[in-house]
Amino acid sequence: MELNRLRARLKTAVRGHKLLKDKRDELMRQFMLIIKQNKELRELVERKLAKAQGALSIAAALMSPEALEQTLLYPNRRVEVGISYRNLMGVNVPDYDFRTQGDSSALPYGYAMTSGELDDAISTLTKTFTDMLELAQVEKTVQLLAIEIEKTRRRVNALEYVMIPELQTNIKYIRMKLDENERGNITRLMKVKDAILQEAHNYED
Amino acid sequence: MSDNYKIAVIGDKDSVTAFKVLGLNAFICDDPADAKQILRELKRGFKDNYAVIYITEQLAAKLPDEVAAFREIAVPALILIPSKGGSLGLGLETLTAAAERATGTKLF
Repeated sequence: MELNRLRARLKTAVRGHKLLKDKRDELMRQFMLIIKQNKELRELVERKLAKAQGALSIAAALMSPEALEQTLLYPNRRVEVGISYRNLMGVNVPDYDFRTQGDSSALPYGYAMTSGELDDAISTLTKTFTDMLELAQVEKTVQLLAIEIEKTRRRVNALEYVMIPELQTNIKYIRMKLDENERGNITRLMKVKDAILQEAHNYED
Repeated sequence: MSDNYKIAVIGDKDSVTAFKVLGLNAFICDDPADAKQILRELKRGFKDNYAVIYITEQLAAKLPDEVAAFREIAVPALILIPSKGGSLGLGLETLTAAAERATGTKLF
């Protein structure tokens, strides 16, 4: 019957609402932790990059642009990244794992034609790169979490403010209607009883 | 779960060349339209698969739609970096945007 069906649905909706609310709260907690980390990391990377680029400009000023370009033209290493996924509250977030191929300590140029400042700049940049990769990972996690939280929040709100009240009013409406029918039935029976009694015995009370 | 992802850097020449030494693939471009084209190709993964794409804030500022499109997908991650001219604060802004999206209110 429709009433029973609606009651079952309401029960599921309430349960789902509670579960989703818990999920949202936990996602939010994780999000807060990680976004703080993200902010710090980004500030760190921006600071370090600015430093590296400052060093690079000095190096560029000391060398001719053509020489600098030639120097940096042939890299002796290649970075490869492996991606594995971690499940964070039902969200698949990437985990980067990078390997450098080639000799990572050696610079890809001779020292004779280049300035020492360039070496400094490159070594700063190399150090910064680990942080940059971590930043990428954290930032992507934040973005994916934000999307998931938004979705969950919408679902929670839809259940709380639309679906559950609607089901409740429907259930109430059906129950009132059934009660009304019941009362109508009783009065009708009483009337019929009176009519039959009167016909049989000319009885009136 | 492939293991052969690469990392790209997109930006103007001065900001990007140094990354070449680290073994990243540098795409030098000054024009937002070119950058858009490059982004599109990288996203589709025509030649290589990229795990992370770094792009200078200067370029990203002119391509808000592309940047937003990358936000939804897990791989590749598009990360803003300050270019040689210094930070525009755009990177932090994406962070604020994500926070706002999640909480519905401004955080920082």
